[in-house]
Amino acid sequence: MLAYLARRLIQTIPILLAVAGVIFILFSVIPGSFASSLGDDGKAVLDADVMARMNRELGLSDPLHVRFARYVGQLAQFDLGSSFRTRQPVTGVIAERLWPSAQLAIASMLFAIVVGVPLGFLAAMRPGSLLDSVSMVAAVSGLSLPKFWLGLMLMYLFALKLGWFPSFGYGDGGLKHLVLPAVALGVSPLALLARTTRASVLEIMNADFVRTARSKGMSESRVVRWHLTRNALVIVLTTVGLQFGSVIGQAVVVEKLFSWPGLGSLLVDSVSLRDIPVVQGCILTIVLIFLVINLVVDVLCAMIDPRIKYT
Amino acid sequence: MSEPLLAVENLRIDLTIGGVHHAAVKDVSFTIGRGETFGLVGESGCGKSVTALALIGLLRPPLSVGAGAIRFKGHDLAQIGADDMRRLRGASVSMIFQEPMTALNPLSPVGRQIAEMFVLHKGATWVEAEKRAVEALASVRVPAPDRRAKDYPHQLSGGMRQRVMIAIALACGPDLLLADEPTTALDVTVQAEILELIRDLSAARGTAVLMISHDLGLIANMCARVGVMYAGRLVEEREAEDVFRDPAHPYTAGLIASLPLLGARARHGRARLQEIEGVVPSVTAFPAGCRFNPRCAERLERCAADDPAETALAAGGRVRCWRHG
Repeated sequence: MLAYLARRLIQTIPILLAVAGVIFILFSVIPGSFASSLGDDGKAVLDADVMARMNRELGLSDPLHVRFARYVGQLAQFDLGSSFRTRQPVTGVIAERLWPSAQLAIASMLFAIVVGVPLGFLAAMRPGSLLDSVSMVAAVSGLSLPKFWLGLMLMYLFALKLGWFPSFGYGDGGLKHLVLPAVALGVSPLALLARTTRASVLEIMNADFVRTARSKGMSESRVVRWHLTRNALVIVLTTVGLQFGSVIGQAVVVEKLFSWPGLGSLLVDSVSLRDIPVVQGCILTIVLIFLVINLVVDVLCAMIDPRIKYT
Repeated sequence: MSEPLLAVENLRIDLTIGGVHHAAVKDVSFTIGRGETFGLVGESGCGKSVTALALIGLLRPPLSVGAGAIRFKGHDLAQIGADDMRRLRGASVSMIFQEPMTALNPLSPVGRQIAEMFVLHKGATWVEAEKRAVEALASVRVPAPDRRAKDYPHQLSGGMRQRVMIAIALACGPDLLLADEPTTALDVTVQAEILELIRDLSAARGTAVLMISHDLGLIANMCARVGVMYAGRLVEEREAEDVFRDPAHPYTAGLIASLPLLGARARHGRARLQEIEGVVPSVTAFPAGCRFNPRCAERLERCAADDPAETALAAGGRVRCWRHG
């Protein structure tokens, strides 16, 4: 078990390096630099000499492979470099944003799980019923709604018209500010979870071993408790893990929309400023979180399902 | 003769597609006495398994019992309430399925899956039940039962899993065991062991067995009486010995003729294997008259028009064929 965990954690290193490499190449290909982006507002255009000096100071005038080697060297010491803009260490900048991001991701996933899983389960218990049809149509809609549009609608209805929740910002970090962005972000994993739960429960209800359970003279509620739940849990858990990861990625749009001070909005701001160290740091952090969540899910699944081996 | 344990009378099982009822099984009648082993043979899709599922009340939509009676220990299982049926299931009637690979819950130790029976029907606590599960495993000749009880189904071979299924089915000492192709998915050597186990245990406990198979040899070996099904009808029902010595129905004769004989090639040279021309019709397209008539080599004119009734044979048993009517 411990050996397995260690191996899985070591496996993340090449993935992180590959991601860092891709970002390096991307930023060397796309036009513009931190220096040129300072003049993007059209008010001031920096002098070419100033730009050249700036690039030199930031180490941007060196060739790509030199810069990459230097960056990997830093990474090995858990140093993500300093922000071009604020000159602060990136680790500190990210640490500040980590908690709001985690709050948002966890809240939206809790919302998705608490609503989506029971909904899918009930729909599967009565296939073809009104609840089933309505919830599955709603699930498809939930999956297809663009997040920024949904966010705007939520703002319009619950903040502007009803005044129940603040329309944007982090406030004092309390629940009130969290609700709308969490819902906006949680709707699509909710829809996916509802559908996956329904499909897996339906499949298990038709499985041979459920027929065996019935042939033993078990009531349906016992069949569900003794034989269905654990089997369904493996599939639901895997979906939750994958969705958790994608929620962190999709948070970029929602955080920007609700001015939520998380990793997503930091990432968007830093991309437009070509603040490469911060972008690198954000993406590596997000990738790392994604990998860790998947590792946790794999371990949980292996604890539930004896057929899954730690290999 | 005393009242049989089970009497199936004119059982019809409907397959409902788009509001239209198709009789997947029609007018099937047979009896099984206490401790008797009765065989049902026929090609796949002839309604054997569906009949067994009806007996244990496990037909699921689109299948349902359309008509007839299933008399068992003073109950009519075709009419009985869901809760009463559930109490009988497992305790008085139990079933072994064809696929030991998928018939057990993959996430639950096999001991626990046996123990459930004692908790459900005998009011045992889990600790007691797990103990009795180990005994049950021992009774189906599983080596090292106390260790095996903790194993998960994927850690056991097909034969071992089928033994676990038998332990589950016989745990509460049922009066009737429905064995639906219990050895079809197993290796030939394992098949013999499993059949012997079913025979020994049912004989020792006085359990009646409905043995369902497409394998005539197996049925001949295990059963005193045999019913032959074709396209949802019981076409012949007789003593096993009579059926194989002198089949009355052309379909039964065809089945027996199509058995490959071991060593036939060495004795008679290379020859084509016998077959019955054509295929079993689908439930939605059963022919008029006798359901076997399009494939029958001894077809009479009236066979395509009129459905033959059951005729009692002089030597005992029944057949559903105009050649005898």
